[in-house]
Amino acid sequence: MRVELTSEKLHGSFVAKVEEISGQDLLSCYQCGKCSAGCPMSFAMDILPNQIIRLAQLGMEVEIAESKAIWLCATCITCAARCPRGCDLSRVMEALRLLTLRKNVDAVEPSRIPEEALADLPQIALVSCFRKFTA
Amino acid sequence: MMNLSYYPGCTLKTKAKNFEDSAIAFMSTLGIDLIELPRWNCCGASYCLADDDLIHQVAPVRDLIRVKEQSVRGILPLKPPKVVTLCPFCYNTLKRANLIVKNDPSKKDTLNSFMDDEIDYQGEVETVHLLEVLRDDIGWEAIAEKVKVPLKGLIVAPYYGCTLIRPREIAIDDVERPTVLHRLMETLGATVVDFPLATECCGSFQSVSNPDLAAETAWNILTLAQRQGAEALVLSCPLCEYNLGFQQKLMMKKHGEFKGIPTPYFTQLLALALGAAPESCGFDQGYTDSRALLQSKGLLS
Repeated sequence: MRVELTSEKLHGSFVAKVEEISGQDLLSCYQCGKCSAGCPMSFAMDILPNQIIRLAQLGMEVEIAESKAIWLCATCITCAARCPRGCDLSRVMEALRLLTLRKNVDAVEPSRIPEEALADLPQIALVSCFRKFTA
Repeated sequence: MMNLSYYPGCTLKTKAKNFEDSAIAFMSTLGIDLIELPRWNCCGASYCLADDDLIHQVAPVRDLIRVKEQSVRGILPLKPPKVVTLCPFCYNTLKRANLIVKNDPSKKDTLNSFMDDEIDYQGEVETVHLLEVLRDDIGWEAIAEKVKVPLKGLIVAPYYGCTLIRPREIAIDDVERPTVLHRLMETLGATVVDFPLATECCGSFQSVSNPDLAAETAWNILTLAQRQGAEALVLSCPLCEYNLGFQQKLMMKKHGEFKGIPTPYFTQLLALALGAAPESCGFDQGYTDSRALLQSKGLLS
């Protein structure tokens, strides 16, 4: 991927906001890839978990916002449990989702969930899904 | 009898009634009296991971305050007060919300001042999971002595999922190599097999928005357990039971060679082994049916 780095992106409000919401130091990540290796959903992601945090470090807001990856995270916390740098990627993922959700944009439309699924899904699945993917 | 405050949560009152019923079925045998928490509310299910968001911590903290109220009134003798959960999502959310109150004085003050009617809360309540009570308060030996129907010949793979063991600061066992379910099943006389995905996420709430992807993740887990010789996967979570149990229909459509595998809760096997009436074990209410397997082993008539 060809990227253009600018001082505005690297030190801009996007990086500051992600760090503020997640409480994580993005530059603590040194790209070992352990998060992507252990992620149970990475097989379906367009951008791998370690690439997400790299893009976040570089302030590449648009690329992240357009990715499917942050909406495939199941917050299983495997990445955070295994990170040798103590960086909690699950919190970074949450911050990245919230930057979209807080604009009052839903990532999941509850009315589109099939009725037969609603009848069988346990409450914890539905409540968690709405908490993570709806504004 | 040991009186323990019990927080059921939404799912155990509806889709996973058999999880709760089977636990209650063996409690008196083990000398535990579960007292359901009055006025409990939904814990929020999935813990909020944002540092700047406290409103989503109000619900779990309010539940913990209800436990403290019980303790102040002398209804619960244990000091510090304890609350037992069965649902791993509730365990995770309540335990982590309490860490905020304990570790962040300014957030604690904000939460307390936001709740007008409740007594002040300082993080006194300890949230425990039933598996911890079995291991730490009752002990494997005491349980072994009470086993009436040893699960002889039953080959099970314990499956832990996520929320009981991650993150590290609230884990009930080793994060990468938990053994509590292994020990429990051995205590009941079952043959336990290990497999590498015992702590891999089942797909969790992705089964709402991406059911096919979650089912693929779950299929990986089930087939690997089967390859190790497991005849059943022992679970501790209603969402795992949906993803690993109910969704087997979806997996069979996609993977023709896949043969289903029963996914009982550990409480059902414990109740059965302790001699509870088979109908109180709730084997007829699961997303998968363990009855044929248990009958073939002579454990169920």
